[in-house]
Amino acid sequence: MTAIAHEPHRPNQTHAEVTRDVLATLSTPSRGYYMALFTAIFMFLVGLFTFVMLLKEGLGLAGYTPPVMWSVYITTFVFWIGIGHAGTLISAILFLFRSPWRTVVYRSTEAMTVFAVMTAALFPIIHIGRQWIFYWLLPYPNERFLWPNFKSPLLWDVFAITTYFTVSTTFLIVGLIPDVSAIRDKVTGWRHKVYKMFSLGWTGADSQWRHYNKAYIYLAALATPLVLSVHSVVSWDFAMAIIPGWHGTIFAPYFVAGAIYSGIGMVLTLLIPLRKVLKLEHMMTDYHFDNLAKLTLLTGSILFYAYAMEYFVAWYSGNAFEQTTFWRRAFGPMWWAGWSMIICNAFVSQLLWFKKIRTNLTALFIISLFINLGMWFERFVIIASSLSNDYLPGAWQNPVVTWADWGILIGSFGWFFMYFLLFARTFPVVAIQEVKEMIPFPRKHGGGH
Amino acid sequence: MARKNVPGVLASFLQVDAAVDAITGLKSKGFRDLTVYTAAPNHEIDAALDHPVSWVRMFTLIGGLTGVTAGFAMTIWMSNDWPLLVGGKPIGTPVPYVAIAFELTVLYASLCTVAGVIILSLRKSLKGRPYHPSFSDDRIGIFVPCAPDQAPAVRDLLARAGSEEVTVHAA
Repeated sequence: MTAIAHEPHRPNQTHAEVTRDVLATLSTPSRGYYMALFTAIFMFLVGLFTFVMLLKEGLGLAGYTPPVMWSVYITTFVFWIGIGHAGTLISAILFLFRSPWRTVVYRSTEAMTVFAVMTAALFPIIHIGRQWIFYWLLPYPNERFLWPNFKSPLLWDVFAITTYFTVSTTFLIVGLIPDVSAIRDKVTGWRHKVYKMFSLGWTGADSQWRHYNKAYIYLAALATPLVLSVHSVVSWDFAMAIIPGWHGTIFAPYFVAGAIYSGIGMVLTLLIPLRKVLKLEHMMTDYHFDNLAKLTLLTGSILFYAYAMEYFVAWYSGNAFEQTTFWRRAFGPMWWAGWSMIICNAFVSQLLWFKKIRTNLTALFIISLFINLGMWFERFVIIASSLSNDYLPGAWQNPVVTWADWGILIGSFGWFFMYFLLFARTFPVVAIQEVKEMIPFPRKHGGGH
Repeated sequence: MARKNVPGVLASFLQVDAAVDAITGLKSKGFRDLTVYTAAPNHEIDAALDHPVSWVRMFTLIGGLTGVTAGFAMTIWMSNDWPLLVGGKPIGTPVPYVAIAFELTVLYASLCTVAGVIILSLRKSLKGRPYHPSFSDDRIGIFVPCAPDQAPAVRDLLARAGSEEVTVHAA
């Protein structure tokens, strides 16, 4: 059908070709894939070594010094939680909005979400100090005088992140089931047995689709407010405290926009090389990246507004502590972090107003790296700069960052990329079933694919 | 123990309108217990099958209500079970517990939705019904359970509708 070829969201393939092309991504990987995987494993081992040293020597190795104490670890924790936001936004919110361009990219972003939250979940364990009694974190009343303070946003965060991880993982697994059954029917030997087990008896019968389709809509509807709530709760970890630079009502929408912005940045960083390595250029086209870039521009512009508002409110409030904090962010000893955040996030994203940049994948990849860097700096600025100059000038001190901070940061990237690469090799990174749903079946008198 | 096959006729279609014609024809002849296999959901086939709305929504609702109740009950009960006054704030005040109750609503509703799909899908057993790997690729499969004496008529109907391949399955 000629009209179909002119609809950019609709793939120009037949149903059989979609299965074949996606299945090809699971065949013997290229050298580039192995190089990426070994680099990720090496980075993870750097993190593991650092963690062992932290266990042996104690958290002083990470330069824990008042008043900032945890700087890089909390920064990296919030960074990874933020990364996890784009996945569910693209898979759930854009599903409800019926945005057809999400179909090809959403599986990778969902997987990214799960692995990013898994990475973030390491951090409370890393920086509690005595990891062997981590279960003390669990909120239950007991005889050890541990008090679950349900009024604390830190405890809300435990519930929010645990729920987010569970629902995102469920969403990913539910979406994978029909695709795993398509692989099961194409492979032989031990792989057939493994995929058969994971397909949970799925055959694509009408009695299965009937319940599945409804369930998918309900899961998307449940995940949508969850996306907005999780980073709002993370923001309240800061905003409910009276530290200058934290205590703002703008924090929830500011954090949500920032999280989605950083998540899409990471999606671009992952997908641009991945489409080449897995030879998916004909499926993930300029059209998809153009839309991802537009979403980046939207969230980047919200962030630009939030940054401007933070400075305006600090000035307009007349509060000397707020004014000092924001003055020092721009011109104090940590000016380099403050300007990195503003340039990488607020200004670099504005380049995406130009279609030539949005459809130039090299430019988009470079911009995505700036976004990742800028969003890490944003969290570093919020945490370290506010804590380093609170109400007592005599206690002001810059954060102390040591090799153990960088070791864990590198390890977290290795852990994340390692899982993502293993996923891309084991499961389809493009949703076979949803792509097929967009391609009309052939008809008796022509038409369809 | 060997699995007992369901006797009937299995047809494979390439064209969706041919499959829809076959479903409509079979339903008009009184065949209701059809199994239609597709690689992706299709509205025309859904309309031809005319299934009632899935009950999975009830699982979602029950899960959500359980979650919100559990969220408020746990927080209020724990606060009162171990009352510690901090900052002069009242013990067991529900407003800050909304965050936890909301998260548990979403958590329970999601898990119950998935449980609903599993339970409801298992209600109609597909055991013993024939399946072909091409149904997860690009073909539409229709299996019509029927007695051996009805099989020739069903086979003719499916072939007339435009089936590519029809096979009769014995018990």
